[in-house]
Amino acid sequence: MEEYELFDENTQAIVYGFQTRAIQRMIDFDYVCKRKTPSVAAVIRPTQTDYIAYHKVFFGTHEIIIPVYKDLSLAAQKHPNASVVVNFASFRSAFETSKEALELDSIKTVAIIAEGIPERQSRILGKIARERGKWIIGPATVGGIRAGAFRIGNTAGTIENVILSKLYRPGSVGFVSKSGGMSNEMNFMISQNSDGIYESIAIGGDRYPGASLIDHLLRYEHNPKIKMLVCLGEIGGTDEYKIVDALKEGKITKPLVIWVTGTAAKILPKGLQFGHAGAMAGSDKETADAKNSALKTAGAIVPDTYDTLGDKIRETFEKLKAEGKIDPVEEFEPPKIPMDFAQAVKEGLVRRPTDMVCTITDDRGDVPLYNGKGLDKIITEKKSIGYIIGMLWFKKELPDYAQEYIEMVIKLTADHGPAVSGAHNAIVTARAGKDLMSSLAAGILTIGPRFGGAISDGAKYFKMAKDKGMTPMEFINYMKKVEKKNIPGIGHRIKSVQNPDVRVQLLKKFVNSNFPTHPYLDYALEVEKLTTSKRNNLILNVDGCIGICFLDLLENLGFTEEEKQDILNSEALNGLFVLGRSIGMMGHIFDQKRLRTRLYRQPWDEILFYRD
Amino acid sequence: MAQKPIYEYDGKKLIASQLPKYFPEFKFHNKLAILTPETDIDALAEKQPWLKTDRLVAKPDQLFGKRGKANLLLLDGNFDQLKQFAAEKLGKTFEIRGKKGVLKRLLVEPFVPHKTEYYVSITSDRDHDIIHFSVEGGIFVEENWDKVAHIPVPFDADIDNFDFKGKLPDLGDLSDLVEKFIKGLLHVYQDQDFAFLEINPFAISEDKQIVPLDLKSRLDNTAYFLHPDTWGNPENPIEFPGGFGQELTPEEQKIAELDEKTGASLKLRIINPNGHIWTLLSGGGASVIFTDTIADLGFGNELSNYGEYSGNPSLEHTEIYAETVIDLMTRNPDPEGKPKYLFIAGGIANFTNVKATFAGIVNAFRKKVDALKKANVKIYVRRGGPYEKEGLQMMKDIGKELDIPIEVYDRYTPLTRIVPIALKGGN
Repeated sequence: MEEYELFDENTQAIVYGFQTRAIQRMIDFDYVCKRKTPSVAAVIRPTQTDYIAYHKVFFGTHEIIIPVYKDLSLAAQKHPNASVVVNFASFRSAFETSKEALELDSIKTVAIIAEGIPERQSRILGKIARERGKWIIGPATVGGIRAGAFRIGNTAGTIENVILSKLYRPGSVGFVSKSGGMSNEMNFMISQNSDGIYESIAIGGDRYPGASLIDHLLRYEHNPKIKMLVCLGEIGGTDEYKIVDALKEGKITKPLVIWVTGTAAKILPKGLQFGHAGAMAGSDKETADAKNSALKTAGAIVPDTYDTLGDKIRETFEKLKAEGKIDPVEEFEPPKIPMDFAQAVKEGLVRRPTDMVCTITDDRGDVPLYNGKGLDKIITEKKSIGYIIGMLWFKKELPDYAQEYIEMVIKLTADHGPAVSGAHNAIVTARAGKDLMSSLAAGILTIGPRFGGAISDGAKYFKMAKDKGMTPMEFINYMKKVEKKNIPGIGHRIKSVQNPDVRVQLLKKFVNSNFPTHPYLDYALEVEKLTTSKRNNLILNVDGCIGICFLDLLENLGFTEEEKQDILNSEALNGLFVLGRSIGMMGHIFDQKRLRTRLYRQPWDEILFYRD
Repeated sequence: MAQKPIYEYDGKKLIASQLPKYFPEFKFHNKLAILTPETDIDALAEKQPWLKTDRLVAKPDQLFGKRGKANLLLLDGNFDQLKQFAAEKLGKTFEIRGKKGVLKRLLVEPFVPHKTEYYVSITSDRDHDIIHFSVEGGIFVEENWDKVAHIPVPFDADIDNFDFKGKLPDLGDLSDLVEKFIKGLLHVYQDQDFAFLEINPFAISEDKQIVPLDLKSRLDNTAYFLHPDTWGNPENPIEFPGGFGQELTPEEQKIAELDEKTGASLKLRIINPNGHIWTLLSGGGASVIFTDTIADLGFGNELSNYGEYSGNPSLEHTEIYAETVIDLMTRNPDPEGKPKYLFIAGGIANFTNVKATFAGIVNAFRKKVDALKKANVKIYVRRGGPYEKEGLQMMKDIGKELDIPIEVYDRYTPLTRIVPIALKGGN
């Protein structure tokens, strides 16, 4: 690359900051320019944990991966061809990161996007750049573009605009401005009034840009492919007088069309901040009118108002063309960038079948919805856990008695001491030094037909019996003769008619006084009458009572027969037990951890060692 | 953004707190008081008893100079005179450099008798911080500008070993003192990210104390995050006041508050509420250029507002912004029924969604359709950028729907061409 060039069609950049959209825009530009290699060699993401990661981007229709480094110097070392750093660091960190970039030998140009960098820091960066022969574009800029070769970040906006402004192939005009916002407008205006942009740079709106208008104009002057210069200056500062001097000293010989903005300052209230940080006239010399007139005197082509700037560009270009100084542009049809899927969806152009379906929650909006109810309302209306279970398990707003019943079940099943097999297994696992999740899983995985299963088994058999119209006696006989097993939910090791289980009493009382109907409980109590007449401990136990009352609950909630069966088949009752018992199991696990208990080993004297 | 003036009171406080780090001999009296129309001066004197015992100076602290010439200076007064002076001046309207405003702040300090008034200021350019010094300071410094010594110091120079003495006028036995003062001042200027600092004058008392009398300064407010311990403290940030008489109108205030709430930019200043030309402009650069062109084509006296919206503001914010402008322009229809012009213009946007922002403006049209008709408003639109076709079509459609005159132009018409089209009937 020549000294006067910052970019060509092989230039690669390191993008500082994980700006996925800007990176994609740079690569999209590469594609419409028919670049061979992507212009982004690497990305820096200082917040990532690993020294390297990879980011996927589209290069046209297919994807490529770009390495993402934690550290700029490593990226520079791995990608010695990258000569540009596009620095998206915030105004807080842009100084340090730009300084680091300027000190890397392989980096020639640093574009600083951030707005609001302290002036003193900009001056220091500018000095480092000058001493090391580097270029800074910015701060406070969108960047710049070399048509058909290289684009800094988001310069020139959407790809549609890039194509409309013919930036995918070089023209003959070198443009430089302070304003990044106006560069799109100017690029398009130039494309309409000439053969288009060769290079367009926005130096940034701050008082101390790293390189000034004249620096770029002199680069353009030296570049034989650039035939004419266009510049947009600005009120405030004296940089435009360097252009005046260059014109007078013959350092600029190519035609220069220029306009200094801010001529309205004279009619606006004093002290009003114009567009940019650097745009305030401190003296008469710094006014737009003074600068425009000095430039005109020095030989620049200055329109009377901005309104005819485009006409001046056209006249100047046509004159050069007539003089045979313009080489014909190599035109081509730029390849089309496929529309992003998300965009196409937004515009209703494509559709795609989904892989998953969810009908209970929706977390896409501002507030997550539980079965359509906003979480904010659930909190402010002080809804219960029972309410939430109703919404997420049964997709119903449960009546108060149902919510309360579910919470009773959770409370009743929360724990049953350390000796039962679930808690025991959880404790043994915790004592083996395993983590919470493993210990809890060990406990939960114990739940099944024998442990905790009486709840759903009880519900199953009592439902079958009642629904088939068996009398209590027929049911007892059926279980004995056909199923050949004890009736699940009946019988207790210790409790009896004389020594009733207080938990069962509470449940029965609640259901009897709160459930509108309770046919299954009534039926079960009839069965209990018969069984206890045989033996006084064959009472309806707590597991059976929970399961059977749950059947009554379903009766009262207006489910169809099929729906009720679905709920039972999907193990809702086991679900309640798992939910409740997890509380206790976790309690045991925390307890063991707190007590720092050692590895459990069953004592030999608790094991029968026996040889046949 | 960038360089902002601060109150003299804040500037002195900042210098007083920082200068002793580098110039320990500096012993500031720290007797500073601010009076506002609400101040109970007697109560203040309980806390600051020097107000009753010292001879006093009182002057406005609202970012304007030449206060003596404006007869707004109390010199060598006592407490009673201060009360009388405050009663006469505070809360009253004065005209300063052609601008009317209310006097809201008086800075009170002890009166320091002195013979010589010294001048020192610091400015900056790209490579230097420049010391300006003169022994003929005070109100005549501008007339005696040729006697001011200018000492450019490379901004990264070693201040402590920099030779100032050789570049300053001969000050006899005060040379060392003044040099130390200037070095200290430059340190503070750099440390605290001042962009401009002028002490005119400062005095040297008989016991060789340097006393800043009048002080004017600007900070680079982008550096606030570097100074959480001094002026950039997020809990108690320094105030960047508007100039004298620059009080915002309620509408300007509303937009300024909206601007602070969002990441987008929304700016509005009313220049001439009775003008016939109003603008809704997008983008900092384009808004300047558009406003320029109105002035350059000779319609500056009719221009009513300056402002811009950019940075992809939300539909709601654009709607409020547009509604505010339309409300202002239709409040007083022209008595002779002459049309008012509303220019909705912007360059080719990078990423601002033209359709979404225009949807906000269209909503404002719907709300204000009667007012627009009554004030005979003619609307001209020119814009480009993402969703430009949809956005511009929406503008054409709303004109037909509401039966209001809207002319719509796209990117192929130069940005400012709608000005001559509307006002000159073509080019």
